[in-house]
Amino acid sequence: MGRSGVSTRNHVKVTGREDGPTVMLAHGFGCDQNMWRLVAPALARDFRVVTFDHVGSGRSDLSAWEAERYAALDGYADDVLRICRELDLPEVVFVGHSVSAMIGVLAAIREPDRFAKLVLLVPSPCYIDDEGYRGGFSRADIEELLESLDSNYLGWSAAMAPVIMGNPDRPELGEELTNSFCRTDPEIARAFARVTFLTDHRADLAKVGVPTLVVDCLQDVIAPPEVGAFVRDQIPGSRLVTLPATGHCPQLSAPEATIEAIASFAAHR
Amino acid sequence: MTGHRTDPPRPEDRGGGAPALLPSLLEDSAEDLYENAPCGYLSTLLNGQIAKINTTLLKWLGYAREELVGLRTFSDLLTAGGRLYHETHFAPLLTMQGAIGGVALELRAADGTRLPVLVTSTVKCGADGRPQLIRTTVFDASDRRAYERELLRARREAEVERERLQRLFATLQRSLLPPSLPAVPGLEAAAYYHIASRDRVSGDFYDVFQLTADRWGFFLGDVCGKGAAAAAVTSLIRYTLRAAAVYDFDPVTVLDTLNTALHRESHGDDPRFCTVIFGILTPDGDGFSVTLASGGHPPCLLLRADGAAEYQTTPDGLLVGVFPGATFTARRIRLAPGDTLLLYTDGLTEARTAAGSTPDGRYGEPALRAFAARLAPAGAAGIIAALAVLLDGFGDGLGDDAAALALGVPSPRARGALTG
Repeated sequence: MGRSGVSTRNHVKVTGREDGPTVMLAHGFGCDQNMWRLVAPALARDFRVVTFDHVGSGRSDLSAWEAERYAALDGYADDVLRICRELDLPEVVFVGHSVSAMIGVLAAIREPDRFAKLVLLVPSPCYIDDEGYRGGFSRADIEELLESLDSNYLGWSAAMAPVIMGNPDRPELGEELTNSFCRTDPEIARAFARVTFLTDHRADLAKVGVPTLVVDCLQDVIAPPEVGAFVRDQIPGSRLVTLPATGHCPQLSAPEATIEAIASFAAHR
Repeated sequence: MTGHRTDPPRPEDRGGGAPALLPSLLEDSAEDLYENAPCGYLSTLLNGQIAKINTTLLKWLGYAREELVGLRTFSDLLTAGGRLYHETHFAPLLTMQGAIGGVALELRAADGTRLPVLVTSTVKCGADGRPQLIRTTVFDASDRRAYERELLRARREAEVERERLQRLFATLQRSLLPPSLPAVPGLEAAAYYHIASRDRVSGDFYDVFQLTADRWGFFLGDVCGKGAAAAAVTSLIRYTLRAAAVYDFDPVTVLDTLNTALHRESHGDDPRFCTVIFGILTPDGDGFSVTLASGGHPPCLLLRADGAAEYQTTPDGLLVGVFPGATFTARRIRLAPGDTLLLYTDGLTEARTAAGSTPDGRYGEPALRAFAARLAPAGAAGIIAALAVLLDGFGDGLGDDAAALALGVPSPRARGALTG
């Protein structure tokens, strides 16, 4: 792995006020940084906004994906730290959606000085039910998700690979394709689904030493309310805000409330 | 459809003199079309709550309308895995694009059975342009899903088979090459091997082996063709060369024997031939004496201790195995301390590269000679290492298999460094 630069590797975009505090927005499993399209422009008025695609998602460098490196969330946390280092980002307010909330937690444990604050948007440290803990899913449910991924990626390699690999002979394919925000190589999608939904990071929460805001939604089938409360209880000194939103993507379904929650916490000294 | 066409009956053709009925009037109720369409219709509020659902979908699922409308969400109808997919892919895309089509999901019927469906949704906006609700069409995809599952299964099976085949090829390939080169006192030997595809066996081969206490044989060649047939020929060539050299140390006799053996095995539609250089090494003072003969193979390169690099051509020497009476001629070379002999297959010189020395963009013999001249003097391991870097740099240009074998007499200084 060379230092080919994170801007290509992770398709990093920096917008907003150059002299503003840095807000880094990390997308979750499923789509890419387009998830922040309703939120980033508003935040850019007051903050320097950094968005990126995890390796294997969106327009990241798919050739940089390695099964071994990304078999644990640490590989992704390592990428976050690398972006911070290469762009020389100080005092980052890291906003992680879904699985990226836990990626942020891991990054902040490793290099606490790099982060001013953490915003965990609909986080879950463990999706699988356990004794005395309700994550909302069983292992069989996750197997079903993998099946859903498979049946929706049928024919992907043939149809999408030339586009994503940037086939120079077929420039007409270069345009943005329908559903492309949420597509990637099926093998990568499976691996990311596994690491997202089958890892247990509950024990890491107590190690967070950065001011943290937990944000959940009134109704979210992926991260039920007790999970948000669990995360709040485990991270020392953290606060929980529940948005009047439904679904697992409040940055799309309730962008104003999401912006408000992020901005007020990020700006607050 | 065949070319045969029947015109639809015209209204006035119908018997009985009854008033003509336009076919479209048969489908006169939009409400009935909605309720009993051959697909499911579902309208949900932005929070997912079911606002309206058609009779077809209710029948498929086995629910009464009042059990769902206003009470349940679309997500509630999905399997847990489908819900995860819906929340992480479907819902965000629908919001970002305003529409999403052809998504494969499974619905859970009231009795717990699962219905594979294809779902298409669009967002309906109000007069103010703000999203109001989501319209969803649901198609029964049981048959298609079964078919797809079969496809997936077949694909996985094919992948497993391919891996198995690749392992088999790798094993076969290893069996055709020496696991390591023998230690020849006073000589440094090194080899390089590049296989263009893991999906077949290469036709390049080489070997170094002991004949008597102070005599070694070596060869490097290229079989016509690739794959299983080439592997079989390679195997035949290897044991013929090794056996022939035991009876006669003259490379010409050895190649004659190989020529006869290959030609005898060759059949009209299954020609068996190769190009090869065969040689005998014997200690000669502070160096080695090399006697070699070539059968249609690119000439080897001699890198001298004084920095020169010259091709060592041999007269005659046709392809081995094609002509019953082919003649070969031997040539003697003395390897003095610091000299190294390099044998290679044409995969190296035929590689396409910008650094090529031939009009058609191939690496070519002139470029290889210049490369060797820059290296010389160099030991066998050093040359092979440099070749590996060179070939690596060719990337996709190195389309064919390539092999190289270097035999060198270390210079006194290098030898001192080795032992001291």
